[in-house]
Formats: sequence, structure tokens, C-alpha cells
Amino acid sequence: MKNYLPLFFIIFLCFEAYAQNKYFSRDGKISFYSKAPVEDIEAHHNQVSSIINMENGDIVFSMLIKGFQFEKALMQEHFNENYLESEKYPKSVFEGRITNFNDLDLSKDGEYDLKITGQLTIHGVTKEYSTDAKLKRTGDKLQGTCTFKVKVADHKIKIPSTVVDNIAEVVDVNVDIVYQPYKK
Amino acid sequence: MSTWISCTNPIKNEYEKVFFLLFLFPLLSFSQEDLLGMLEEESEKTAEPEYAYATFKATRIVNTQSIENVPKKDLLFVIQHRFGRINEGIYDLFGLDYSTIRFGFDYGITDRVTVGIGRSSYQKTYDGTLKLKLARQVKGAKNFPLSISWFFQASLVTLRTEEGEPEISTQQRMAYVNQILIARKFSPKFSFQLSPALVHRNLVMDEEQPNDIWALGAGGRFKLSQRVSLNVDYVYQFNNPQKGSVYYDMLAVGFDIETGGHVFSLHITNSHGMLDRYFIAETTGDITNGDLYFGFNINRVFHLGK
Repeated sequence: MKNYLPLFFIIFLCFEAYAQNKYFSRDGKISFYSKAPVEDIEAHHNQVSSIINMENGDIVFSMLIKGFQFEKALMQEHFNENYLESEKYPKSVFEGRITNFNDLDLSKDGEYDLKITGQLTIHGVTKEYSTDAKLKRTGDKLQGTCTFKVKVADHKIKIPSTVVDNIAEVVDVNVDIVYQPYKK
Repeated sequence: MSTWISCTNPIKNEYEKVFFLLFLFPLLSFSQEDLLGMLEEESEKTAEPEYAYATFKATRIVNTQSIENVPKKDLLFVIQHRFGRINEGIYDLFGLDYSTIRFGFDYGITDRVTVGIGRSSYQKTYDGTLKLKLARQVKGAKNFPLSISWFFQASLVTLRTEEGEPEISTQQRMAYVNQILIARKFSPKFSFQLSPALVHRNLVMDEEQPNDIWALGAGGRFKLSQRVSLNVDYVYQFNNPQKGSVYYDMLAVGFDIETGGHVFSLHITNSHGMLDRYFIAETTGDITNGDLYFGFNINRVFHLGK
């Protein structure tokens, strides 16, 4: 047993290292845009929380569906009540990783092109997504931005035929998150 | 001896391996699941209170006012129709030959303050309303089980007096409704509301009628699908001496159908009047006699500003 003692130390050191290499945000921005023949709809969320593990490139997002702000209150109500059913499925979660993490040295200041793959859950339906993203490092600050498309039907969000011209089948999603080192 | 040692050593090693792995285990599981766990923990620290929304689809349950206000800077145009009595029979196409209407505009000054004006063809009545949200149902960081509003309506009857009848002053033609709305959204599907009310009429035509009628409204909705709900409301009058002979308690049953920009309400009720003072205090339809009216309302919201 004595022989393993140094190993335990190493393990604990690893824990330390993990904690230090996490970057966190609680006020990330995600917005989506729906362009349809009758009207364009956009909604903004300013309280997305996210963590990047700079040790292995793991990345997670979590947000409350109710946090999306629309210009029209009625739209916001319908979004929650009829489309996303936010009382039944309150959160949207993404669990993924930076697939080209090992090819990059993200410890230096600069802009990097990332490839991200992971599982995105919206409306209780999980689907795999892959997208390109950018990460900009300035000292201790990381800014991640990304744009991708979500097909509404992929997440079993039903659009009735009466409003089919008002809501796009595919919405554009923009992500813009500024991370700071995570402190417990 | 040596074989005995060589035999036990692997077992001992096995033990240590397991022990060692146990220590490694938290390290291994310290991946995505824990990242998510950390996120949950963090977001709970800053969780915002969750206010109940869409307790009802429209600003009326069927006849009675619901807890819903018009959102800030939205203008709600309501057009209400009430046809004649269904038991008039086929000659009047079950009342469809006769229609009374009310149309009104309600505007959200803030999310909690709604003002409105309206005009009913029934008794040629103009009305002005104020609905004030006093408390909101909320859970999470804050907790309160009910939404509470105050509703006030002033109405003016402009129907001309017939020849030979004494003139009635404008003041005498006024009536006022004061009502407290107490609602709870029990689940996404089910909401219930109690609405104690006082109707004051400056002048009553019948000697037996008091100027003040005290009443209690009760109503609820049950969502049948995302866009359709079954709504019921009832108003019980406490002190109407002519209840059961001239006036009756109001009952209404209907469906709310929401299509995006519009909410349609289709209903059957024993009240001819659509204005609060009429259906609370002056409902004349006797349900046991089949005095029922078919009605429908259209609610349309216009968004006027940011």
C-alpha cells in the first residue's frame, strides 16, 4: 500500500488540475432566428450556463427554455405553452466535446477554429449535432461563438398547418459565450 | 512455503488493484456528467423565480373576467356575439336570427395594468374597465400559490326611455362592478379561479331589487389539447330576492380555441348580457326552462410597441 501513496498524491493533484482548467459562464447568450414567408421571429437568451473543460475538451451547456425573450409577449407565451412545452421540458442541454482538441494549443492567446460534436436535447428529444465554432482567448477570458441550424421537426416540435407560413422549419441558432476560469 | 507465498501474493495484489481502481473511479466519472452536475449546482444558485403564465388563454374564462392581463403595449380587440335563445326553435334558427354584440379594446399599460373600453348593443351600454394584477403565482426562488387581481368596471346604459317614462339622469344610468380575482394554475392543464364580486347599480327599475348585489364567481379551464381548452364558469348571487323567479345564477360552458394570433371562444350560457354587471346580477335565462344562448368571442392581439 505504501508504494501507492505517491500515486494518490498524483490523483489528488489531478483533481486540482481539473478544477483549475474549467472555464465557466452563467450569462452566455444564445439567440435563434426563424425566417418564414409571413414573419421573422427572433428570441434571445442571456442566461445560458456553460462549462468547458480545458483538460480534455469536454463542453456542456444548460439553459431554461423559459428564459428566451421575444419581442411579443404572446409569442413568448405560445413558444412556452404550445411549441416547446416548457413546463414539461424546462431545460435544453448540450453535452459534447471539442473533437480537434488534441490538435490545438488553447493555452495561448489567439483565435482558434474548433469542431464540436455532441448531444443536444430540446423538447425532450436528444439528437447528435456537429458544428464548427470559434474560440478566442485573451488572457484568462475565453469567448466561444458558433452558429448552427436546428430542424424543428427533429425535436418533435409540432407546427400546426395554420401557422406554417409564420414559423420556419429550420431555425438558425447563434451562440456567444464569454467564459471565466471556474472557481468553486 | 514459497508456493504458499506465491499463491497469496496475487490475491493481495488483486485487492490493491481494486482499491486503486476505486480511487481512480471518481476521476473517471469526473467527466461530462459531473460537468453537467456542476452546471446544475451553479444555475440553482442564481435560479430566478418562476411566475405562472397562461393561467387562461383569454382575458375571460367564458363570461367572467379571468386573471389574465393584456401584455404591456399590446392592444386586445375583443368582439363578442351572443345569439337569441336556443329554445326559440327552428323558426328563429335556434336564436341565430338575433344577435347582440359587444366590442371592446383593452390595452396593457404595463404587464400588470390593463385599461379597456367597450360598447354592448344589449341596453346600448358603454363600459370602461381597469384590471390590476396585485399578486402573481410564483415558485422557485420566491413562493406564492395564487395570482390575485382587482377588476373594476363602470358602465353606462344609453337606452332611451320610452314616452311617458320619467327621464333618467346619466348618473342614475351608471353601474359599477368591483371584483377580486383569485386564481391558481394547478397544472399546465388545469386552472381554477374564484371571483367575489359586488355590483352596484345607481338606479334599479324594480322596487324589490337592492342596489348592491353580492356574488361569488367560480370558473376553471381544462386543456383538451395544446390549443383547445374546456372552460366553465358560474356566478352565485347571495342577496338577490328575485333569484329563481326573475333572475338566475349565471352558468356558462365553452371552448377556447387558440390559433396563434386569435383566441376563439365558443360557448353556451343562460346570460343574454355579455357585460359583467349583466351576467353577475341580471341573468334572466332559466336553465331548467332551456333558456340558453349560443355565443362566440374573437380575441385578437395587436402588438403596438417594444
